[in-house]
Amino acid sequence: MGVEPGRLNFSWISSAESTKFVDVVKDVTATVKALGPNNNFKKAADKVA
Amino acid sequence: MLGYIDKIKEISKRLLDEGRVDMVIGFRKGTMPMMNEPAFVKTPGEVSKLVWDSNCGINLANYLTDRKEKIAVIAKGCDSRNIVTHLIENKIKREKLVIIGVPCKGMIDRRRITAMFDAEVREVTEEGDVITVKGAGFEKKLKKAEILQDNCSTCIHRNPVLFDELAAPLVEEQKGIDRYADVRRIEEMSPQEKWKYFEDLISPCIRCYACRNACPLCYCPTCFVDEARPQWVGKSQDPIDIRTFHFLRAYHCAGRCTDCGACERACPVGINMRAFTKKLEKDCFDMFGWEAGISPDERPPLDTFKPGDPGEFIK
Repeated sequence: MGVEPGRLNFSWISSAESTKFVDVVKDVTATVKALGPNNNFKKAADKVA
Repeated sequence: MLGYIDKIKEISKRLLDEGRVDMVIGFRKGTMPMMNEPAFVKTPGEVSKLVWDSNCGINLANYLTDRKEKIAVIAKGCDSRNIVTHLIENKIKREKLVIIGVPCKGMIDRRRITAMFDAEVREVTEEGDVITVKGAGFEKKLKKAEILQDNCSTCIHRNPVLFDELAAPLVEEQKGIDRYADVRRIEEMSPQEKWKYFEDLISPCIRCYACRNACPLCYCPTCFVDEARPQWVGKSQDPIDIRTFHFLRAYHCAGRCTDCGACERACPVGINMRAFTKKLEKDCFDMFGWEAGISPDERPPLDTFKPGDPGEFIK
């Protein structure tokens, strides 16, 4: 499809695993920030219906 | 394949005469060359309008869902696999169906034939493996193997997987076919190249939804694109909306698509949307060893869990 690896993440976290949740979120945010803004899936404002 | 028709007519007439079915779904000659259309035959007298040739690419499994009557359906390999999928998904009961299996040698690609000639193609006839194309001021004989639909030339399930009656002896399956050369070529691209590739692929799309309507898998009472509350996807011609439609539709077909080619055949602008579904078909085969619609007794990988299922993508 052309979505960069790293922009889509799957994780299995129990409600008891709060620390894992924090780690995963930090990790994912860092990866996505490194990739930069996703301009591919953005509609131009004047075109949005 | 022309010879099949006598047997098809004979079986259809017998089933209707005996009252075993209320309706036979088959093909009749279309108003344009290479465009046979579905026929719903309800009386033995109408059986004569049935035809069978290399232009029967429409997937008749599409007309079976949510019907009340007893139906006999003419099924090629791919149609029969979609019937199995319907059975698995409880869209029709086996006892309501009489499947008239037709071993298939592939359907011809009308788009490729039309593109070969400058003038309009007025008549297409076939004899054995030779297709004769006629139009104003030209006549040409073509080898059928060279003008098969893409999905037919890589087909490995030509014989129906499930049938009650058979219109002809089973044909030999194609062996040693590389089904996924085109998918691998796309897989090797970088994300940017892929983005560009699919942008070009779907750029002519007018969102007529012919692909969805021709697809036997697309039987939802309200398709996600038609839903207004909530509106899952924009209804505009914006490239992003078009892309969202195509790839979500493809995902809905994951593990179910039989690569029958009905979507591509129905497309008025000739988009090869099989590029989406075929990747999912390949993944299903690689990851779960699954081919859709082979047996009504086996649950599809997406609604079962096995300890060995691949899960490396879950962190």
